[in-house]
Amino acid sequence: MRVLPLALAAAGAAASPAMAADLNVSVEIPRIATASYHRPYVAVWIERADRTSVGTLAVWYDTALPAGEGKDWLKDMRTWWRREGRAMTLPADGVSSATRAPGRHSLTFSGSRGALRNLPAGQYTLVVEAARELGGREEVRVPFRWGAASPAATQRGSSELGAVTVSVTR
Amino acid sequence: MKKTVFALAALAVVAAPLAAQAHRAWMAPSSTVLSGSDGWISVDAGMSNGVFIPDHAAMRLDGLIITAPDGSVVSAENEHRARYRSTFDVHLTQPGTYKIANVSSGFFASYTLDGERQRWRGAASDFPAALPEGATEIEGTENANRIETFATLGAPTRTVFEPTGDGLELAPVTHPNDLIVGEPGEFRLLNDGVPAAGVEVTVARGGSRYRDNPGDMTVTTDADGLFRIEWTEAGLYWINASVRTPAGEGRAHARNVQYTATFEVLP
Repeated sequence: MRVLPLALAAAGAAASPAMAADLNVSVEIPRIATASYHRPYVAVWIERADRTSVGTLAVWYDTALPAGEGKDWLKDMRTWWRREGRAMTLPADGVSSATRAPGRHSLTFSGSRGALRNLPAGQYTLVVEAARELGGREEVRVPFRWGAASPAATQRGSSELGAVTVSVTR
Repeated sequence: MKKTVFALAALAVVAAPLAAQAHRAWMAPSSTVLSGSDGWISVDAGMSNGVFIPDHAAMRLDGLIITAPDGSVVSAENEHRARYRSTFDVHLTQPGTYKIANVSSGFFASYTLDGERQRWRGAASDFPAALPEGATEIEGTENANRIETFATLGAPTRTVFEPTGDGLELAPVTHPNDLIVGEPGEFRLLNDGVPAAGVEVTVARGGSRYRDNPGDMTVTTDADGLFRIEWTEAGLYWINASVRTPAGEGRAHARNVQYTATFEVLP
């Protein structure tokens, strides 16, 4: 008798999208001293607590090669490829763009667009995966709370990624 | 006479790479998970004791059938037979999963002539007419062998898993191009389209030359023909099973069916 209305209420609360929030992400690409440096391919996406994927926020790959040849190596970001990439059509407006140079890159994703649009409030993980030609692959995971302002949280990579910082502003 | 028997026996071994005691037959794809608008893979095919190590014999590719995601059959390119391995390329032009299969069948017979046991190998349609006059104690065995691997461009699809209903086949629950360490793979084995229960499946990981223990595993199919493999290490894996059905119960001859697949497990 009491369980059903409570369950419905809980479902209703979980399903209510967090309005007018921004997800701020900072991704550091480390400077790597090597004779044959190529900028890494990078994917940024969101996972639920059960590790299922919400959607991709950004993909940086070599978009300048002829005949879309840069897409041949998207699979090297192997976790993103399996969870998200292989089901996507690229290039994707507002999601894919060219690779970026070493340094700190600040990105702001509006809660009213793309993967964040209508995203229910709750606990999520932002994942950044980088794969570099003649280099390695690394994944950095930063938990965050969606639905309320959330202070900056930072996790660091050790090879292909530096600091990844996530905060939510309203 | 002795020489003939020996030569025939040797021929049988070469022609029947899948006999239980023989060398392992394998196909080794250069990659199985691809991105991009099209892709190429190169496949090595051979027979040897250590899987994917070409040091014994090249595989004949007479029964090569490559099925595209839309169900059409496409040709291998750049076929070459070297001493220890055959190679060919597959051009993946459609998004989805391709099946690369080498399918063979044959008929073996053994019989007694002038007091000596003899062997014969040929097409089922030539049996028993091709046997010499006076042959006695004739025993025939049908053989059906299937060696497969899979490669996917973009998102995996399942159209190529439609079973033919002939011989031992795989009906994947887990997609064979969606295998990673830490997530078990589950597959169903079918014999003539029916779940094959209680069949031992051998699982061997490539690269055995670079470790002391080959570490082969054996799993057994359950009542529904299902078997599960826990992937603890990334690599190229060889999966093999065979079933022998004796003559009788509506069968004039014994039947040997064998299935072999190569899976790539990513880290």
